[in-house]
Amino acid sequence: MFCKSLTSIFGSHQKFPNNMKWVIDLFTSSLGRKLIMALTGLFLISFLVIHCTINAMIFYNDNGETFSHWGHFMGTNPIIRTLEIGLVAGFLFHIVQGLMLVKSNSAARPVSYSVAAPPPQSTWYSRSMGLLGTLLLLFLIMHTAHFWIPNRANQFAHGEELPLYSKMQDVFSNPLIVVLYVAGCVSLFWHLLHGFASAFQTLGLNHQKYNGLISFVGTAFSIVVPLIFALMPIAIYLKWIN
Amino acid sequence: MKLTLKVWRQKNKEAKGEFKTYQADHVSTDMSFLEMLDVLNTSLIKKGEDPIHFDHDCREGICGMCSLYINGHPHGPLQTTTCQLHMRTFKDGETITIEPWRAGAFPVIKDLVVDRTAFDRIQQAGGYVSVNTGGVPDANVIPIPKKVADEAFDAAACIGCGACVAACKNASAMLFVSAKVSQFALLPQGHAERKERVEKMVAQMDAEGFGSCTNTKACEAECPKGISVTNIARMNREYLSAMFTNYKVEVGGGGD
Ligand code: HEM
Ligand code: SF4
Ligand code: FES
Repeated sequence: MFCKSLTSIFGSHQKFPNNMKWVIDLFTSSLGRKLIMALTGLFLISFLVIHCTINAMIFYNDNGETFSHWGHFMGTNPIIRTLEIGLVAGFLFHIVQGLMLVKSNSAARPVSYSVAAPPPQSTWYSRSMGLLGTLLLLFLIMHTAHFWIPNRANQFAHGEELPLYSKMQDVFSNPLIVVLYVAGCVSLFWHLLHGFASAFQTLGLNHQKYNGLISFVGTAFSIVVPLIFALMPIAIYLKWIN
Repeated sequence: MKLTLKVWRQKNKEAKGEFKTYQADHVSTDMSFLEMLDVLNTSLIKKGEDPIHFDHDCREGICGMCSLYINGHPHGPLQTTTCQLHMRTFKDGETITIEPWRAGAFPVIKDLVVDRTAFDRIQQAGGYVSVNTGGVPDANVIPIPKKVADEAFDAAACIGCGACVAACKNASAMLFVSAKVSQFALLPQGHAERKERVEKMVAQMDAEGFGSCTNTKACEAECPKGISVTNIARMNREYLSAMFTNYKVEVGGGGD
């Protein structure tokens, strides 16, 4: 289909579509689809660094002044807003490809075993990336419904951002929501504990000299980032910040 | 020792199989797992019943023909082949569940025998070096560092048994394919065809319907030859660099 429509654009030469077939071959192959997972996964990790850093500004406990300053910059700066499109695309690619992989991987074993005893060297969370990812997706839906969607909708309708700091205090006054956010952070912890190092393996970056470093940084990242995130709703609910 | 065996019985590819329970009462701890099944089969034949079909050939851990998913592990609880597994590994009175390899790409032919020709087709797609005719080259003409030779040999130790597929929750064949890609990619003799090789082998692997790797490392833990997942990373590197840089030459380079 894609090739055909390109042929009609480029006429009878056909050079271009023939030369581009490898791109389609690559991204429909099992390894190419894993490449997408790894690249988008690492991209989302880079997003987490920024998101976590800016939100952690609430711990200044200055009535949200520092946080609002940077939050406002992120929400209005045209370059950041353009990059945001990439972020949404990154999430969509990662989620759609992830769910498709889960589906095709389970189809690869149509009849399951009656007794299964996975070896201890294989961790449960490495075998549960689909489940952890789905929990993250549910969390994301709730989370964007709390902040990102209403905020962008307001910008679109009234050209103004919502007061996110007071919105946070409002949302996190409900203990159930706080529990759900902490559960989301726990899922993120397990997803990253496997995902971080796994992405390097997928990219073929496996080397005696650096494996230790990758797994150390991966483990540290998986603990520190979800922990800081989890502390935000807790701190607000317990009024450590006000 | 006495054992209870729950064995998967299936008449043919199309039939719906089921577990049947057998009692094995005079099992010696020195028997191999396959010998234990031989004795059970002899008694089944004497009773006029259809013996349990299972694959085997060398019975010395080198051909990769034996299979069996025993108590939740391919080739049983030890990291060895089923023919090299001995009954002393089990406890008297234990119930042992025996299933065939389970994967869409390895359909059951009968009982515990599965069709593993998918592996042959992957090998035929590119798992070779083309050798031109001519005089026999001197073995030491091409210098190969010892560590490279060792690494390539480690990869070449893969016997193509399919335990990696059986162990993997995604029924992925990447440990097998990566071992076959690596054994050549590491050596100068394999360099000439490395790009075409990995492209074709991966394409065939996908066409056979194996799942894709999520780096759970179950394969490495169950592989009777200890093939390492570093080979999978190498295959990923080989494949991605081949896909991004390989090109076709459309006109002949002279000659006829
Ligand atoms: C901020 C959020 C997220 C981050 C930082 C993240 C990061 C990662 C990383 C680094 C990997 C490893 C890739 C690899 O093994 O090559 C991964 C794998 C995976 N992710 Fe996510 N992820 C996120 C959200 C999600 C969501 C919402 C889903 C929803 C379905 C999801 C589903 C998956 C699946 C199924 C895999 C396993 C794929 C595979 O290994 O082949 N992830 N993720
Ligand atoms: S990699 Fe190991 S488990 Fe897989 S086929 Fe080769 S020897 Fe068997
Ligand atoms: S029968 Fe040859 S490896 Fe087991």
